[in-house]
Amino acid sequence: MVDPISAKIRFEDVSYAYGKDTVLRNIKLGIPSNHITVLFGPAGSGKSTLLRLINRLNDLADDTSLTGRVLLDDEDIYAAGTDVAALRRRVGMVFALPLPLPGTIRYNVLYGPTLGSIQKQADLDSLLVQSLQRAALWDEVKDRLDSPANRLSGGQQQRLCIARSLAQQPEVLLLDEPTSGLDPISTAKVEESLMELERECTIVIVPHSVQQGARLSDYAAFLLMGELVEQGPDKQLFTAPKDKRTEDYVTGRFG
Amino acid sequence: MGKNKPAASRADRAVEALLRVAGLSTIGMVVLIFVFLLQQGLPVFFRVPLRDFLGTRWYPTEGYYGALPLILGSLLVTVVAVVVAVPLGICTAVFVRELAPGWVRELLKPAIEVLAGIPSVVLGFLGMTVIAPWVRTTLGAPTGLTALTGAVILAYMALPTIISVAEDALDAVPKSLRDASLAMGATRWQTIWKVTVPAARSGIVTAIMLGMGRAIGETMAVMMVTGNAARMPLTADSLFRPVRTITATIAAEMGEVANGSTHYQALFALGILLFLVTFLINLTAASAIFAKRRQGGLR
Ligand SMILES: Nc1ncnc2c1ncn2[C@@H]1O[C@H](COP(=O)(O)OP(=O)(O)OP(=O)(O)O)[C@@H](O)[C@H]1O
Ligand SMILES: [Mg+2]
Repeated sequence: MVDPISAKIRFEDVSYAYGKDTVLRNIKLGIPSNHITVLFGPAGSGKSTLLRLINRLNDLADDTSLTGRVLLDDEDIYAAGTDVAALRRRVGMVFALPLPLPGTIRYNVLYGPTLGSIQKQADLDSLLVQSLQRAALWDEVKDRLDSPANRLSGGQQQRLCIARSLAQQPEVLLLDEPTSGLDPISTAKVEESLMELERECTIVIVPHSVQQGARLSDYAAFLLMGELVEQGPDKQLFTAPKDKRTEDYVTGRFG
Repeated sequence: MGKNKPAASRADRAVEALLRVAGLSTIGMVVLIFVFLLQQGLPVFFRVPLRDFLGTRWYPTEGYYGALPLILGSLLVTVVAVVVAVPLGICTAVFVRELAPGWVRELLKPAIEVLAGIPSVVLGFLGMTVIAPWVRTTLGAPTGLTALTGAVILAYMALPTIISVAEDALDAVPKSLRDASLAMGATRWQTIWKVTVPAARSGIVTAIMLGMGRAIGETMAVMMVTGNAARMPLTADSLFRPVRTITATIAAEMGEVANGSTHYQALFALGILLFLVTFLINLTAASAIFAKRRQGGLR
């Protein structure tokens, strides 16, 4: 278990259900700050659900129930009076499918900032360049910032989505299988930029393969049917798992 | 059919032939109707020069065939109806799809479809007995049978079309796109107006066009509530005065004309005009859809 003092995000006995269907059970998890935490497990084990709890993206779903507490910097994000929009500016999210918003590349990257705080043109311009650079996309799009975002290739669109999140200067970045639709070269570019980012940002990623998880892991947690089976630092879960079920899964003897 | 495709089975080919015949005959029908209209209507221009046909007096019994009041009448009623119905329809669609809780949506959707099924004569009753007196008393118009009354009824008729087509368009916007916007810290409201509605834009344009097509082609209700005076609706108060539309003119006068007479041909010429306008509107709607497809837009 991560030392609770250095944990950026903590799950304290969290259970979550869609209707009567309990999909997360008694999750106890500490996510270390400024590192990459890999969250992996078979399909339907609740990885996406767990991520969506961190930015309260499931708030609009009907008939769900949450018990336990989710803490960000030791504050309960589900406490009454929490500013959800502000929380989501602090916690960015990148999805499996690259989904540019309808509009230009520039519009996409600056979507978050123009919604909220930043309005000065000079600030926006530098933010645009910076975010695209950090997502390793700048060189490919610098000459066509005002063309429609959906003309980019899939890999470029995904990096655009990452740039869009980065423009918010988030403290936490959640990524749900961000490279599942990408070719190996784009995947490598995305992974590279994530490793750069971890210096300034806490990253939680659901990898699209065990290998990717092993490559990126500073800390890892294995989820199986809503239960957190095992968690540990570095590549421990991939090289020396303690639980038989983790071992079966990472060696591919499972599901 | 591509030459390099594997040989289709006989049944496949039969079905394909059948579908092709059905498709082509529909197109053929439309073409035939248009040819028929042209054949019956165009000769009027040998008897009434185009300049006179675009004149301002429509008194067929005295030989005046100026269709401009009718054209402008249709235009006025349709435009006002669209101006009323479009914002209302889009807001309703947004409410139904984006804001209403599940059970309200389940209730509203069939209700809107029932609205679409109300016969226009019945709406005409409503217009004559409810809206017309209301227009007369509250606006102090000499009669309640005015362009405004017609426009309100037409707006009402166009609404179900606009709502359901726009709602389908909103429905086709992937949930994950909304999630992406919400995850950026946008409020539900910002997400609707900055992401969901723009993503559904082409479908919403189609909705507007179809609603407009419905409004401009409507006859019965309009005839019952607009007063049918063929006057030029050019003064500021035209909205509160009776007008006559193209459709109402054709429906009212067609039964009384001699086959092949000038009057008969003039009515057909009006029909051609109506056909062309509706065709253009539908073309605009269709091209909005095609443009979106070509762009590989979101679906
Ligand atoms: N909106 C929802 N309503 C009801 N049940 C849901 C919903 N979303 C997910 N579930 C259920 O919750 C369980 C966990 O789903 P989740 O998407 O979190 O799994 P996952 O680990 O991300 O799977 P995958 O690897 O396939 O993405 C599944 O059984 C799924 O059917
Ligand atoms: Mg998932």
